[in-house]
Amino acid sequence: MRPTLNKILKTRVSAFLKQSKFFPNSYDFIALLLFMTLLALIAINAESIHQPIAKLETNPITLSIYNLPRYALNTTFRMFAAIILSLIFTFTVATLAAKSKRAEKLIIPALDILQSVPVLGFLTFTVTFFMGLFPGNQIGVEIASIFAVFTAQAWNMAFSFYQSLRTVPQDLRESSAQFRLNAWQKFWNLEVPFAIPGLVWNIMMSMSGSWFFVVASEAISVGNTQISLPGIGSWLGLAIQQKDLAAVLWATLAMAIVIILYDQIIFRPIVAWSERFNMGQTASQLQAKSWVYTVIKKTSVLAMITKPLKKLGNVLLDIKWPFKEKGFHYVSEQEIRTNKILDILWLTLLSLFVACSLVFLIWYLHMGGINAKAIIDVTVLGAITLLRVMILVLLASLIWVPVGVLVGLRPSLVAWLQPVAQFLAAFPANILFPFAVVVIVKYKLNPDIWLSPLMILGTQWYIFFNVIAGVSAFPNDLKEAANIYQVRSWTWWREVILPGILPYYITGALTATGGSWNASIIAEIVRWGNTTLQAHGLGAYITTATIAGEIHKVVLGVGIMSVFVIVINKFFWRRLYTYSANLTGLD
Amino acid sequence: MAKQNPIVEVKNLNHNYRKGSGGDFLVLDNINLTLYEDEIVCLLGRSGAGKSTLLRSISGLIQPTEGSITVQNLPVTGPREGVAMVFQSFALFPWLTVLENVEIGLKAQYIAPEERHRRAINAIDLIGLDGYESAFPRELSGGMQQRVGLARALVIKPYLLLMDEPFSELDVLTAEILRADLLDLWIEGRLTIKSILMVTHNIEEAVLMADRILLFGSNPGHIKDEIKISIPYPRNRLSPEFRSLVDDIYEKMTSQSTPLPSKDTVFPGTGIGIVLPNVSTNILQGLVETLDQNYHGQADLPKLSESLNADGGGEILQIAETLQLFRFCELDGADIRLTKKGLEFAAGDIDQRKKLFKEHLNTYIPLAARIRSILDERRDHIAPMSRFRDEIEDYMPEMSAENTLKTVIGWARYAELFAYNEQTEKFYLE
Repeated sequence: MRPTLNKILKTRVSAFLKQSKFFPNSYDFIALLLFMTLLALIAINAESIHQPIAKLETNPITLSIYNLPRYALNTTFRMFAAIILSLIFTFTVATLAAKSKRAEKLIIPALDILQSVPVLGFLTFTVTFFMGLFPGNQIGVEIASIFAVFTAQAWNMAFSFYQSLRTVPQDLRESSAQFRLNAWQKFWNLEVPFAIPGLVWNIMMSMSGSWFFVVASEAISVGNTQISLPGIGSWLGLAIQQKDLAAVLWATLAMAIVIILYDQIIFRPIVAWSERFNMGQTASQLQAKSWVYTVIKKTSVLAMITKPLKKLGNVLLDIKWPFKEKGFHYVSEQEIRTNKILDILWLTLLSLFVACSLVFLIWYLHMGGINAKAIIDVTVLGAITLLRVMILVLLASLIWVPVGVLVGLRPSLVAWLQPVAQFLAAFPANILFPFAVVVIVKYKLNPDIWLSPLMILGTQWYIFFNVIAGVSAFPNDLKEAANIYQVRSWTWWREVILPGILPYYITGALTATGGSWNASIIAEIVRWGNTTLQAHGLGAYITTATIAGEIHKVVLGVGIMSVFVIVINKFFWRRLYTYSANLTGLD
Repeated sequence: MAKQNPIVEVKNLNHNYRKGSGGDFLVLDNINLTLYEDEIVCLLGRSGAGKSTLLRSISGLIQPTEGSITVQNLPVTGPREGVAMVFQSFALFPWLTVLENVEIGLKAQYIAPEERHRRAINAIDLIGLDGYESAFPRELSGGMQQRVGLARALVIKPYLLLMDEPFSELDVLTAEILRADLLDLWIEGRLTIKSILMVTHNIEEAVLMADRILLFGSNPGHIKDEIKISIPYPRNRLSPEFRSLVDDIYEKMTSQSTPLPSKDTVFPGTGIGIVLPNVSTNILQGLVETLDQNYHGQADLPKLSESLNADGGGEILQIAETLQLFRFCELDGADIRLTKKGLEFAAGDIDQRKKLFKEHLNTYIPLAARIRSILDERRDHIAPMSRFRDEIEDYMPEMSAENTLKTVIGWARYAELFAYNEQTEKFYLE
């Protein structure tokens, strides 16, 4: 029986070889076109960013429709640069944390906190810092903006990578040790591939969260400094200033096109490619489809371009590093003793560092005239924003959980609504703010109430698409069983579907909550022309302090907001998640 | 045969499992073994006995607590060139093709790409995988995946091949073909391998392949007996000498528990520290019923195993020993016999069975009895699970403690001896 099987396979292989073309085909032209376009876009973008600030001032943002594509391009490249930066950060810092117990003690708590800190609050510090580094050149502001986006992306990517490195299956670790792969080979052959599915998912989440920040970080004003980088965000700022609703509409359109292209050309191919790294999946379970990926796979021109790259990669993989391999030898008593001493030293150093920074922080706030009363006042503002966030998440859940369940039960709807929900989650809601503001101004509505929905405008979709995902993953036989025993109406919701999707819902609600805290910084205080609307809350406090250049207050505000987010994440969401994951047997 | 060069020498090896607090837990106790050129040696014993720990110590993956290991007269200090390993779970890299998976060990040796490719193709051909070079492991059946595992091991031209239950995840027929193919290569002398050390819990597999079987006892892991096999290859499972050897080994494996009811158990540990195997009440009932209805309450274990299509006896033995723990049957050599209570159990209806099971659970499983008595003592009849977990962790590793508790919970639920809430992790009485 075996020879026959072999024969079949061999004929298939040779048929495939005959099929694969040595001459360019139609796919090749598409691929080449994509590639050349990319090169041209890079060139245009590079031209526009390397300018002295003076030129930026004489050549300010205009609301001319001909400039909009270029602005969209600039914005996109900022996003690109940030994601590359985040990847570099992930590969170095997360790897360090996974490999060194000492580094881990410092990096992991730091990442955990940074994940929950409202990123927009950082903008003040980073802009000042980077402009100081490159005085008089746009590059400084450019980097500040990119850095802001980076801070919105990097932490969860690094966290995911670290967790993957720590959970590489025992048998694969043993086999790579047994075959004596060195650390470098193990990293690229085992650890990185294993981490890719988680990393890709986190990059996707990071990107969909960070369009919001690119837009928010382009028009920066700190104290007296006011900079508008060419981009959709600045276009939007100018449109708001000039009360130009048509221009806002154009920005919406441009952003939508950018996100769709980004998704189609960059992201989907990556997701389709990354599926091969999933553990324990059979061939039939692979399902992500991407026309770009198909094009790339089917061309020979592209292969000609990537072949030298691949070769280079192989050479790099085969590099013989001179250092000795620790993993290949037993640990001696001596080494254990030295390590213990070093551990104690390191812990002492860390504690000292923490103590010093605490003293410094108190001193700094004290010097800025911040007393106990100010702290209490700001905490009260934080409580107001908390109330707002909680009510909004509750309202959004009341709407989107039932809708999500109903959609999720209809596979044909899921197929086209799931990407829409993901698109809506990625779409920077701040572009839509002006529409709401116009209405609030016109009807003189109470900002404390009516500004609130803006906070959840962009983040509610996380609840929606996670619920859809949960229902899609809900085992079919359970649905059928519920059907057969005629579990209906309220009982069905309470006993069958809601417990089943709980972990998914919680993931969505947690993301939505985090996003809303961040959004509060720009949603609690908005402008339309000369009119400023302000709600009471911690977000408005931080923004007001930023505009006024009162750095001490910004530090206090961001600090208190972080404490709120961390406490709620730790004591509410994560516990709820563990509980629900236990209930449904998910990991 | 005995006068040949030693490939592996293990002397006075001890391995402790280090616990967070308190004392250590002994996994391997004073192991001495020598592996000579030109022989296949099987480490045979029940799961959890420490066979895999010993294999990993020899491979250099694990640093033993005490004792010395030499491979080709050099002390082992870590994974060694020329030593290859085949894993129970195959341990293939899912993102690499068959060819790339086979090449991985050569890459680690910095062998040039052309040479690497040539050797990998040769190994793939040798093991009967030609045509599959560009397939990914997920596209292959379990048997084909383990062939890749074998090719990957052979391609580095090892002199020592270590195998950790290599065929236990495969179905019976596939495993049979793979064993035969490997034996063919070995007998025909087409391998660079000088000797093979294989871990298994499958008695027939060991008899089929080994020149020598080392019987492994548990609690703590130790070598109990050595059996030399001189039946020429290829061996016929149905031949009388093969059958009598299998019977013999069954007897030896159950021998330590022969003096019933005085001895506690064949499982590691004593009292509440017994490591309980993961055997459900359904399976226990199933075996009792089979014995009662098909065998009049008495059967020969190897035959029973064969008729139930179990894998070489390891599984059946575990179930039988669990029944023995409950005093529902007795093992006598390779024979199993239902006790009076066992027959009573078989004849009972659901409620009578439950009642009997409850009685025996509370009498013969000290951990179950202890949980019940604590619950009885307490006024609210509630006790946290962690309390018992901590208690039994003094006698066994964490993993075993968790499994033991899981088993006891399953039994107690069936017997309605006590109940358990998974959310609050508490025991209670209903």
